[in-house]
Amino acid sequence: MAVTLDDLKGNKQLADRTFRGATLMGGTAIAVILGLISWTIASKSSLAFRTEGLSFFTERRWAPADDVFGALSFIYGTAVTALIAVVLAVPVSLGIALFTTHVAPSWLKRPLVAMTDLVAVVPSVVFGLWGIIFLAPKLVPVFTKLSSWSDGIPILGSIFGKASAGRTFMTAGLILALMIIPIITSISREVILTCPPTDSDGALALGATRWEMITGAVLTHSAGGIVGAVMLGLGRAMGETIAAALVIGSSPAITANLFSSGDSLPSVIAFEWGEATSDTKRSALIAMGLTLFLMTLLVNFIANYVVNRAMKRMRGES
Amino acid sequence: MNTSRRRTGAVVGILALSFIGAACSSSSSTKDTTAVTTADTSVAEETTTTVAGLDYSKLSGSLVASGATFPKSFYDEAIANLATTAPDLTVEYGGGGSGKGRSDLQEKVVDFAGTDGVVKAEDIAKFTGGEFVYVPTVIAPITLSYNLPGVDTLQLSPATIAGIYQLTITNWNDAAIAADNPGVTLPDQAIVAARRADGSGTTENFTKFLKAAVGPDAGGTWALGSGSTVEWPAGTQAGDGNSGVAQLVKSTTGAIGYVDLSDAKANGLTVALVKNKAGKFVAPTLEAASAAAEGATINDDLTYFLGWADGDAAYPIAAQTWIIAYTTQADPAKAEAIRGFLTYLLNDGQALAATIDFAPLPESLRLKAIENIAKIGA
Repeated sequence: MAVTLDDLKGNKQLADRTFRGATLMGGTAIAVILGLISWTIASKSSLAFRTEGLSFFTERRWAPADDVFGALSFIYGTAVTALIAVVLAVPVSLGIALFTTHVAPSWLKRPLVAMTDLVAVVPSVVFGLWGIIFLAPKLVPVFTKLSSWSDGIPILGSIFGKASAGRTFMTAGLILALMIIPIITSISREVILTCPPTDSDGALALGATRWEMITGAVLTHSAGGIVGAVMLGLGRAMGETIAAALVIGSSPAITANLFSSGDSLPSVIAFEWGEATSDTKRSALIAMGLTLFLMTLLVNFIANYVVNRAMKRMRGES
Repeated sequence: MNTSRRRTGAVVGILALSFIGAACSSSSSTKDTTAVTTADTSVAEETTTTVAGLDYSKLSGSLVASGATFPKSFYDEAIANLATTAPDLTVEYGGGGSGKGRSDLQEKVVDFAGTDGVVKAEDIAKFTGGEFVYVPTVIAPITLSYNLPGVDTLQLSPATIAGIYQLTITNWNDAAIAADNPGVTLPDQAIVAARRADGSGTTENFTKFLKAAVGPDAGGTWALGSGSTVEWPAGTQAGDGNSGVAQLVKSTTGAIGYVDLSDAKANGLTVALVKNKAGKFVAPTLEAASAAAEGATINDDLTYFLGWADGDAAYPIAAQTWIIAYTTQADPAKAEAIRGFLTYLLNDGQALAATIDFAPLPESLRLKAIENIAKIGA
């Protein structure tokens, strides 16, 4: 049953069938791989859930010496750093996307797009090392100043609390923001480009300014896609391991103070796996992997829901 | 003052090394030295003949190993040197941490493993290759490195170190630090306690020392226990690996961190003297680490703990490391290669150790380690 090139040339049906088979194999492979990964993670983490129960998610103490394994402070750290990253990255990304599509002179567009894409290929460990060696020490005086300015102001005062060092939730959030800007930018750009010229030209023809055209025609058209881009960025920020691990400070903490050191799920898995010799600790670390997996799934579901609703509304309007 | 101390230390070290060299070059001198009195004389004679009869150039094959990162630079150096005399033997030591080494050996994916910690009783059954032996290879002090401009000499007692890492002592001008350092002017500067972010044998040895010296059983204040990771109070700073902690100390004024000697030296850090069990403040030198090994209680299987050892000259925080290998190897040639490599580590390798900031084993322990190598067979 060996298939030679001649067979393929002479027999179109065979070529079709082979192609079908190959793609089917690729398609099923991804399902099988995902299934096997989920199964392994679930079965290997069962020990931790059996011994810790639901308190695995609600216990803030992580004390392997006392056999107490709580993931709450790591879940908190993951969520907070990812949120900081998104809050900081979205305006910048949208700015770049709109600038390269509607504002920049045409000679500038290409190099700008290329540069944004270039940021995406920088390995994450490079971001982490840059953060630890250069950014973190430089941020200490900035944090101290911010915290003294906001001292006494409700909410702001507690968010920008006392800064003890340069490796904090905020530092990790900043690094993550840099890392997700390219992905949010390039997807938003593609989405914005799909806006029919009739819409934007129409808006301009009706006397709208460029700003009114962008908010009225472009952004309303691409809202769903942009939300999707943001969610993808959020997912990436939550799963990023080494860059966050290097600059987050590795001190589990649950506090509103963004200038405090913390820890995140992927970071603790990476740092403690090597010396995790007890079965419960290994299992607890795998359970954290499962938790992270579920968190990213949840984000994706929400993204899907938001995108679909936006699409429906758009169709209903037009 | 520091340099002169170091220089005298170096001279003592060289003397000790030449002494070891002399001890293994002829069997008659071995018998005479006091260091071997603890070991059975007949055994000592036997091992020296084994060493003399071993021809490194006849060793062949390839060995794969993983485990402790702390002795990795020593093993790599020894591997590179052995390659010139044993061109047919390739040894690859992968690092990855003691825990990884132990689980790799359990599953027999490596020929031997490096570990800074002893295998727990409940884990022994997991070693699918049967019985294994511990071969101690090298030791090294763990320094308390600090960054405090203007203070060149600093003495710390275990209780003070415990206070610093539990954040009960937060400023360099604290009365407890002043009490350890009479006559030294300490600045008003906040302390930044730096520790490991990753699970590590260095953390385990450091916390074991604190537990032994000032733990609850010793009537002290150290409440965090011991382990490769402990529940550090929020407010301590974490770095990845020995080099990460060294980097933190180097870049932060007021910082103090526990770092192995070679990384502390590589980063040009200032190291503190630590009060030992005999009440003396001792600098983290290779000789002081060897002195600690002389004062340590060695178990029958050659496991031991170096921290908080007896002896006036013993530095109280030192790391020990072993290579573990199965006693029964499937392939006689492989057994021969493992024995050959380990024998090299305990002979020529010992002299090599000091050149890269590791301390050689004391003679009595070295001879016992060579005995354990002989147990590896096919």
